[in-house]
Amino acid sequence: MMAPGSRIQMKAALQRESVGLGEAALAGFRSAVTGFSAEQLLWASGYLAGLATVGAAPAAPAQAADPRPRLTILYGSQTGNGRALATQLEAAAARRGVASELVSMADYATARLKREQLLAIIVSTHGEGDPPDDAMELHRFISGRRIPSLASLDYSVLALGDSSYENFCQTGRDFDARLEAAGARRLADLVECDLDYTAQAATWATRVLEEAEAQIGRHEAANVPQLRVVPAPPRAGRSAPFEAELLVNQRLTGRGSTKDVRHLELDIEGSGLTWEAGDSLGVVVRNPARIVEPLLEALALDGAAAVDAPDRTLRDELVTGREITTLNRPFLEAWAAAEPSGRLADTLAELRGAGFGQWMNSRQLIDIVREFPAEVASQRLLEMLRPLQSRLYSISSAPELAEEEIHLTVALVHYEAFGALHWGAGSSWLALDRDEGESLSVYVEPNPRFRLPADDAPMIMIGPGTGIAPFRAFMQARAARGATGKNWLVFGDRNFATDFLYQAEWLRYRKQGLLQRLDVAFSRDQAGKRYVQHRLLEESRELYRWLQDGAHLYVCGDASAMAPDVDRALREIIVRETNCDEDGVENYLAELRRAGRYQRDVY
Amino acid sequence: MSPPEQSAVVEVERIKAASRRLRGTIADGLRDEATGAIADADTQLTKFHGIYQQDDRDLRNERQQQRLEPAHSFMVRVRVPGGVCSAPQWLALDRLAREHANGTLRLTTRQAFQFHGVIKRRLKPTITAINGALLDTIAACGDVNRNVMSSPNPQLSALHQETWQIACRISERLTPRTRAYHEIWLDGERLPDSGAEDEPLYGPTYLPRKFKIGVAVPPWNDVDVYTQDLGFIAVSEQGRLAGFNVTVGGGMGATHGEPDTYPRLGDVVGFCTPAQAVDVAWHVVAIQRDCGDRTNRKHARFKYTIADRGLEWFGAELAARLGFALQPAREFRFLGVGDRYGWSKGLDGRWHLTLHVPSGRLADTPGHTLLSGMRDLAQMHGGRFRLTPNQNVIVAGVREADKRRIEAVARRHGLMHDQLPSALRREALSCVALPTCALAMAEAERYLPELVGRLETRLAALGLLDEPITLRVTGCPNGCARPYVAEIGLVGKGPGRYNLFLGGGFSGERLNRMLLENADETEILAALEPLLAAYALERLSGEHFGDFLHRSDRLSGSSGAERRQP
Repeated sequence: MMAPGSRIQMKAALQRESVGLGEAALAGFRSAVTGFSAEQLLWASGYLAGLATVGAAPAAPAQAADPRPRLTILYGSQTGNGRALATQLEAAAARRGVASELVSMADYATARLKREQLLAIIVSTHGEGDPPDDAMELHRFISGRRIPSLASLDYSVLALGDSSYENFCQTGRDFDARLEAAGARRLADLVECDLDYTAQAATWATRVLEEAEAQIGRHEAANVPQLRVVPAPPRAGRSAPFEAELLVNQRLTGRGSTKDVRHLELDIEGSGLTWEAGDSLGVVVRNPARIVEPLLEALALDGAAAVDAPDRTLRDELVTGREITTLNRPFLEAWAAAEPSGRLADTLAELRGAGFGQWMNSRQLIDIVREFPAEVASQRLLEMLRPLQSRLYSISSAPELAEEEIHLTVALVHYEAFGALHWGAGSSWLALDRDEGESLSVYVEPNPRFRLPADDAPMIMIGPGTGIAPFRAFMQARAARGATGKNWLVFGDRNFATDFLYQAEWLRYRKQGLLQRLDVAFSRDQAGKRYVQHRLLEESRELYRWLQDGAHLYVCGDASAMAPDVDRALREIIVRETNCDEDGVENYLAELRRAGRYQRDVY
Repeated sequence: MSPPEQSAVVEVERIKAASRRLRGTIADGLRDEATGAIADADTQLTKFHGIYQQDDRDLRNERQQQRLEPAHSFMVRVRVPGGVCSAPQWLALDRLAREHANGTLRLTTRQAFQFHGVIKRRLKPTITAINGALLDTIAACGDVNRNVMSSPNPQLSALHQETWQIACRISERLTPRTRAYHEIWLDGERLPDSGAEDEPLYGPTYLPRKFKIGVAVPPWNDVDVYTQDLGFIAVSEQGRLAGFNVTVGGGMGATHGEPDTYPRLGDVVGFCTPAQAVDVAWHVVAIQRDCGDRTNRKHARFKYTIADRGLEWFGAELAARLGFALQPAREFRFLGVGDRYGWSKGLDGRWHLTLHVPSGRLADTPGHTLLSGMRDLAQMHGGRFRLTPNQNVIVAGVREADKRRIEAVARRHGLMHDQLPSALRREALSCVALPTCALAMAEAERYLPELVGRLETRLAALGLLDEPITLRVTGCPNGCARPYVAEIGLVGKGPGRYNLFLGGGFSGERLNRMLLENADETEILAALEPLLAAYALERLSGEHFGDFLHRSDRLSGSSGAERRQP
């Protein structure tokens, strides 16, 4: 066995290699080295490096040959004309023996683009030069600065439009220009079609297929893997976080929602960060001004006051150095000692019993300062406060889909209490104070006890609210790997219309047949509250059948109410379906846990 | 026609055929809580149940970025033959509008009610409640005969009463026989023949496309009889209904840039007696069922069957099926397509008040309380209401003693026509368009008040404020507000852009012509200004704007809306 560290580095190197090898070649390469010992691998790497310096490679064995590039036919269409033309092109490609894949832009994962080699795009234009609905996301992607380098791509665009409009065929022109700007080469020039498109489209299709054929021929002639030796990049960790650019800070909850949940995308290219679906990302956060300034005011302290640290002010320390929202007992006791009235000390004494935790957790630091005023000097205050912790968020994307990006799903914590607006420090700083283009210090926090099952095992994912995050990564990983196990997602939140996080993606998975069951419970859409555990109980028989079929069950999200409620529901289901007693339930669950089939990531 | 469109058509025909008499998987779709939509194929089928899936297009882009599905909701159209409904029915629909829909009721150009913004889980309770009020939504949309229109107030005269009754009989006779509606929406029992019910008129694939019927009572062509697939024009002799002149082959829909599609006015093909009218309707629909084009939805309306095969063929075909030929058409005369606003007195001494509803939208907005106003009227009136083909409503059968009270309430809520600044505003129609209609390319209902306001300042300067001019705005070329017979028609082409049509007949007897293509408001106003100014100066006494444009030869450069009629 290799040491875990070297395993990770090897994996990183292999992943980076995919840039030079192509996915299929990489798969072949991986399969060729499967079963090698660490020593054998090291020897092989030296051998390959040697080959690279000599500039020659041995003839690839037949089974490891890079397969012929496939023509991806990508269409974006409002009326169905584009889809029909794309289907015709697919049929024509098949007649010529050109392997192709037909994909709607609506179903196209943008991360795929950089791996394409041959691409035929058919896209229409609407209104004032707008892309069709299906194409909007991809159009936004290629129009933005996140478009990857497309140096290995050959493409051609067929633009559909109506010349009586201004900005005729604008969307097609955009695709053509942006792909070229990203380094791709044209298989055939852009063709702009008016309402009578049939003849032009046919000519274009023929041209594209001829050129694609030629390109495939050239590829075969030159189908010799060119290995580049890439040094493993330095690995970022908790002690040396990576400065990742925030690419996207997008609200997920719809208009009128009672919640503000954000989808964040971070650029980690070059970081050497590696992770697996289920892992978390540590984010070094700051306390935002909306928390720091009211606190300084309540404390009647001057933020500019010097403190013991060199060249630092009190404000600096509160912003980047200390926890100033959540409470803990040592702080409360220290504050009680400083509070002249003694009321806080009395309160704490009264709360010695069970009520303390709830009392403390329902308050933030500023509530104590306001309720129990005390004169505390700047330096003394800092000594009372704990160091600022970085925040951990479940990563909501899988490296199998996009290894240079990490996605997070963050709920903005904000509520009114004691007559004032309260904010979560980490979530409000991330959601409201970090703009796209700014950076975040991050590191990966592995979560080895929350892992995908074997590819053929069924999986039940219960993730209400932001508990959905790791399951998005799970599904991305399973989709990318072509895992055959069945998938069942149970999601819940407040309102269906606005709070169904990543709804469009789940529906797409369901439509593609990757998500066999999608069940939801929205608590505020009917008179009585309805939560995921109620939904589970309604599906008691089916859930038990899945478990009997070997399903792995995952729960992610709130630890205080949801996870225990789900656990209770699970026990009830087992009793209901097996007629067993309390011990029987215990044994059943213990067996599940032992087999790693009941995993929880709750917080 | 291009092949892609043909394959799309075959798709709808296939869906209908496989639907087990319009059931499809609608019931499963209603149970699916993960989406506010139903299956794509089922969206074709719910139309036959009076239900259109839509989404809020104002939010479409935003929700896509939020990774949410579109904000789906449903439009529910209530079938109201001849637009006749009672006060208790009105109150039931008003409550549904507020509790299950978006807080508005919309009166359509076909004398029906529409609810907008009904979300999926409220669909079934809504349909159940509509049926509880003894109304339904069956065949309000879909490839069947739609709501049968009839000159709007049967209480006005014995003639109106008789024509309305015939309209109802036609509607009843042409309603699909499938029990799918009752099973899906009303928990109706499943019988052994469920899914294979006999559809004596429609058969398993229903019609190639929608079918519209209207009954007019001259001298008013308020039902726009020439725009109907099949029209009946009442002919009276000595104050009694002698029968109907029959028109066939009208229709509005067209597609931009496709000259093979065009609006067409119906042709008068003969005369039938009142007793023959229902059979005539049945057989005309059957002809379209058998001879309509099922390979291309854009060529599937009855007007193309008539245009392609000719009136002679049609006359022979109908006579063969009926077993008799229609009599020669009789004399009649139309004076206009609009409503007679204000009070009118019926033969029985009761009074009828026609109110104005802008674009048919009854809503409560700051400063406007049309929905509440109508509710107040329904509560105090207790009698009947009539929806007009011009998106308006009539309070019918008011006793002399109640007139003042009714009018005071109507006035308080801004429903009286004389509270409007111009006759143009009164005569204006628009379709729904954005944000809910999936077909809209430009604004219509939301834009109409602005456009009319701009025109009114010009009309005021020209002294034309009291001159009735028909203005109709639609968000797309399909023509729900019948724009191609308007004196001024705007047909949406893109955001803020319209094709401008001018010169339709005031009585709906002549199509207009396209003057501008893809024009913005500035261009449209610039084109209209000199024409209105000339009209103000040069019109003959009683001459309508559309007639004036033709007489003064001001449309010579423009192209006919009806471009390729043989």
